[in-house]
Amino acid sequence: MAEKLIGKDITPPDLVAKVTGRAKYAEDFRADGMLFAKLLSSPMPHARVRRIDASAALSMPGVVDILTADDLPEVDAPGERALTNEPLYEGEPILAVAAVDETTAADAIERINVDFEQLPFVLDPLESLRPGGPNARTEGNVYHISQDLREFRTLKWTAADLTEAGEDRLPMGEPQVEWAVGDTEAGFAEADLILDETIVHQSLTHHPMEPRSSMAYWQNGKLFLHTSTQSTAQTRVAVARALDLELDDVVLIGEYCGGGFGSKVRGSPIMHVPALLSRKTGRPVMMRITLYEENSLGRARPGFQARARMGWRSDGRVTAIDLYVVQDNGPYDRRSDFTTAGNVASLSYQPLSMRFRGVSVFTNTPPRSAQRAPGGAQIVGMLEPIMDKAARELGVDRVAMRRINAPDNNGWVGANQGNLTSAYVREALDKGVETFGWEVKKQLSGQREGTKVTGVGVALSPYVGGSIGFDGLLVIRPDGRLHVHQGTGNLGTHSFADTARVAAEILGMPWDRVVVVWGDTSKHLAWSSVQAGSQTIHAHTRANHAAGMDAKRKLQEIAARDLGGSPGDYETDNGRVFRRSNPSQGMSFARAARRAIQLGGKYSGQELPSDIHDVTVRSAQALAGQGLMGVAKDNYGREGGTWSFVVGFALVELDVETGQVDLKEYTAVADCGTVIHPRGLAAQLHGGGVQGFGIARSQKWVFDPQWGIPFAKRFYTARPPGILDVPLEMHWGAVEIPDPQTPVGAKGIGEPPVGAGSAAIASAIADALGGQYLCRTPLTNDMILAALEGREQPYRPLEIHS
Amino acid sequence: MALIRDMIPAFELFQPTSVEDATSLMERYGEDGWVLAGGLDSFDWFKDRIKRPRAVIDLGNVAELRGVRSTEDGLEIGAMTTLTEVASHGEITRSYGILAQAAAKVATPQIRNQATLGGNVAQDTRCWYYRSGWPCYRAGGNICYADAPTAMNREHCIFGADRCVAVNPSDTAPALTALDAKMVVRNSGGERVVDAEDFFIGPGIDITRMTIMEPGDLLTSIRIPTTWAGARFYFEKVEDRKSWDFALVSVASAMTVNNGRIEQVRVVVNGVAPYPMRLDNVEAQVRGRPLDDETATQAGETAIRGAKALRHNDYKLPLMRNLVRRSLRGEQA
Repeated sequence: MAEKLIGKDITPPDLVAKVTGRAKYAEDFRADGMLFAKLLSSPMPHARVRRIDASAALSMPGVVDILTADDLPEVDAPGERALTNEPLYEGEPILAVAAVDETTAADAIERINVDFEQLPFVLDPLESLRPGGPNARTEGNVYHISQDLREFRTLKWTAADLTEAGEDRLPMGEPQVEWAVGDTEAGFAEADLILDETIVHQSLTHHPMEPRSSMAYWQNGKLFLHTSTQSTAQTRVAVARALDLELDDVVLIGEYCGGGFGSKVRGSPIMHVPALLSRKTGRPVMMRITLYEENSLGRARPGFQARARMGWRSDGRVTAIDLYVVQDNGPYDRRSDFTTAGNVASLSYQPLSMRFRGVSVFTNTPPRSAQRAPGGAQIVGMLEPIMDKAARELGVDRVAMRRINAPDNNGWVGANQGNLTSAYVREALDKGVETFGWEVKKQLSGQREGTKVTGVGVALSPYVGGSIGFDGLLVIRPDGRLHVHQGTGNLGTHSFADTARVAAEILGMPWDRVVVVWGDTSKHLAWSSVQAGSQTIHAHTRANHAAGMDAKRKLQEIAARDLGGSPGDYETDNGRVFRRSNPSQGMSFARAARRAIQLGGKYSGQELPSDIHDVTVRSAQALAGQGLMGVAKDNYGREGGTWSFVVGFALVELDVETGQVDLKEYTAVADCGTVIHPRGLAAQLHGGGVQGFGIARSQKWVFDPQWGIPFAKRFYTARPPGILDVPLEMHWGAVEIPDPQTPVGAKGIGEPPVGAGSAAIASAIADALGGQYLCRTPLTNDMILAALEGREQPYRPLEIHS
Repeated sequence: MALIRDMIPAFELFQPTSVEDATSLMERYGEDGWVLAGGLDSFDWFKDRIKRPRAVIDLGNVAELRGVRSTEDGLEIGAMTTLTEVASHGEITRSYGILAQAAAKVATPQIRNQATLGGNVAQDTRCWYYRSGWPCYRAGGNICYADAPTAMNREHCIFGADRCVAVNPSDTAPALTALDAKMVVRNSGGERVVDAEDFFIGPGIDITRMTIMEPGDLLTSIRIPTTWAGARFYFEKVEDRKSWDFALVSVASAMTVNNGRIEQVRVVVNGVAPYPMRLDNVEAQVRGRPLDDETATQAGETAIRGAKALRHNDYKLPLMRNLVRRSLRGEQA
């Protein structure tokens, strides 16, 4: 039998190129006559461009052309264009200059005069919600979305709303979104303990190591775009749509991506600039985005100002949640983080009753996008320490507290109380308790040695774990190799390779004869999920399962046709299709592939299923006749939403004289169904955890409130965690119970590790502080020290961008 | 003129091989010249196009500026000696441990391999208003943005403010001041030797500079006298994360102890003032006192007498108090 592939570690096919430096990222490409572009960005947070004088720049030797917002196609509001005449945040690109080299382009930028009319700006959603408060956009301060209406609105709360709450508690005026499940009044009446907390979560830049650089050129009306993107097939479609091109006129190349974390799901608008500058100048154009620019025109996670009123029975069961989230939306499309946060809260605690309210307010700060567990990481980080606070007051063990509230396969989520495909949280808690040694470690809580106090924390973090309905496309070539055409992209998780193993395993194809094709749409890729939202493992184990099964059926049919018997008499393994009753009677995949070409029709892709996506149809047509084709849509269906869960356990030592926190140990255990690639899973659990450590402890998003200018635009000022902030003791585990509603049983796991890391540390710090939860992120030394010394906190409870 | 960052403008590069050539180039270019050591501070300025020298004088090829030499009265460390060398040098780690510890706490291994001791002490402040190119007092304007009522000044000073509230960012500066190091400065007119304590200056003396060095001056070496060799040292740096960060507050102290009593002592704190702040009042108070918790606690309280917090940096008071207390409590770092 061919080796079993699922659940085994592999060396992904991109790895050697990455570690040897041979891998070419977007900015590594060169083309004859290539120009370089640089951006001129807004120096102020909100303004209108009155006039641009580029004459001095254009007369410089080596300067070729400029591109302004007037050269760009329109987009529907509140969407964003790559360049603008009304900048809505400091650093928003106004125009681009193309020149023979970057130095010349940069010098040219300095010779351009832009006459800006300064407009009112706002950084804090609560300021904008005040009566008479400024709006970040001239059209309004919120965007209304309902079934039949989408429009800008101006939402102001009343003075009474604000007065009632006071300075330090979140006011709760008119929301944009509201839902309720059960009777919260009854829930609170039933509660033995009620807490009412105001909590702040910072906005966070994504900080991918590779900025969103692109290079573009045109040949015979066709755009070739090298870019840094998480997804391949979907980014190509997005580019074609944005630039009003036929899909066949876009070739997108992005084999490697230096991190995206949700900020490059379908690329981003700025990639249109080199494409259009190239069309305008008739020459290839490279635009390297710098890390400084990345911090402005890259993306960010929306921050929250929230208020959570929660009630518990004496045994720790949550009887009621009344959650209000104010979301810092940034200036463009309305983010769904805040509504997701409501869903995640309902899922984590399965409350007997719950009300959710929320509002997302435009601000003149950089654009927001999904960031690894959008909405989930924020709310988990904010609410889990409150669960600990309640556990402490009720005298309930903190793991027991999670256990009594945790969802199982009958759990529900959100306003519609939707079903789950599976939830094995209690099993994950059991495994975590064992791996971390919770029973022993929790005895260390509050113990002091010298100036150091130990704290332990536990956290539960759920997130959506997969989508359905995409296509698988593969070809067994006459040389006996299996080519799996993946449209997912190569974000760095290896799932583009891991999901190909499913097809190989179904067919019994040894892994060394599998060619994973990815990252270049001229290589004819399948229609795929975006590589985001933990979708790939779920969506593409399914799609490749479907395509693998399709190819297997075709192999069996060809064997039966040539060797007699019925297709069901045949099995596949080790690159052969053979008679089950007499394994010597059979043929190699190579021979079957040659027969498929001779037979044509469905066998070699001349006839295609009617339900596959147009993108897959085009790719399959291009590949037709090259071998035996497996092509199918994932029609497996499912009932309910797919959710994954991570429990995190942390042990910290807190120095009571300096506020310094040392994270000594961290354990993460996943309920992500079948484990496809253990090493890949470990990387997700630990890597996401480390991102969470940064959220909880150090990572900053700082603005001067008077001028509206951000300061944390360098790695050293934004302070994502460094390797020394990562504990030496890190462990992981998985429940390994397959999800029953997906053929391979695997659920995605990219997202939930972040909230688990952030919340476990926040909980451990609160534990070390004797149960004092400071209700904001990041929990920096200054705040911890102020708490220890009984001094005033450096920030007011609702202050943001600190 | 529109602003653009992260793109170094062109300059003329000189790579002299002797101090003499370097100082004559510096004299030739005056204010238009820029002395480049490891580049960690310089390239930030160049990339942001805020400092735009016409000529850059790279000291990387001046062999006489590198290395650690034993002298009759201690050690002489060339200004271009890397922080990695300083942190791992045998005699420094053995006899002047706080300097090695301070150098080892700078940024990251990659940065320490490139950064030099001279550059570390001569570096400019990291006040983010100033580093963003805002026209503040230090940049020649007439306002301090960091001292405004709503300013973000968590990392700014609690002592020594004089129009400007920026702090000295160096990790090695407080250690060198505690060791009573001598800074050797040369220019075309000759050489002078300045105590570390006097080398670093506040805005009251000159608001545009962090040290006494003027255009044309070159820091060639740093001499460590034997005065404090093998003394009881303490160094600690508190930062937001464990690498690639500047100190929120750091402390460096050196003392000699006899029969449980403090004999000689120097205590220096950085991150609290525009210069590494030597705590004469603390030193006077603890000299001759028993090395114990009571002495240390009182010293901590004395240390922060007169401190004035800005809007967001009140925490620096207890942090400085606690670090001074720790440095005198009798613990070995």
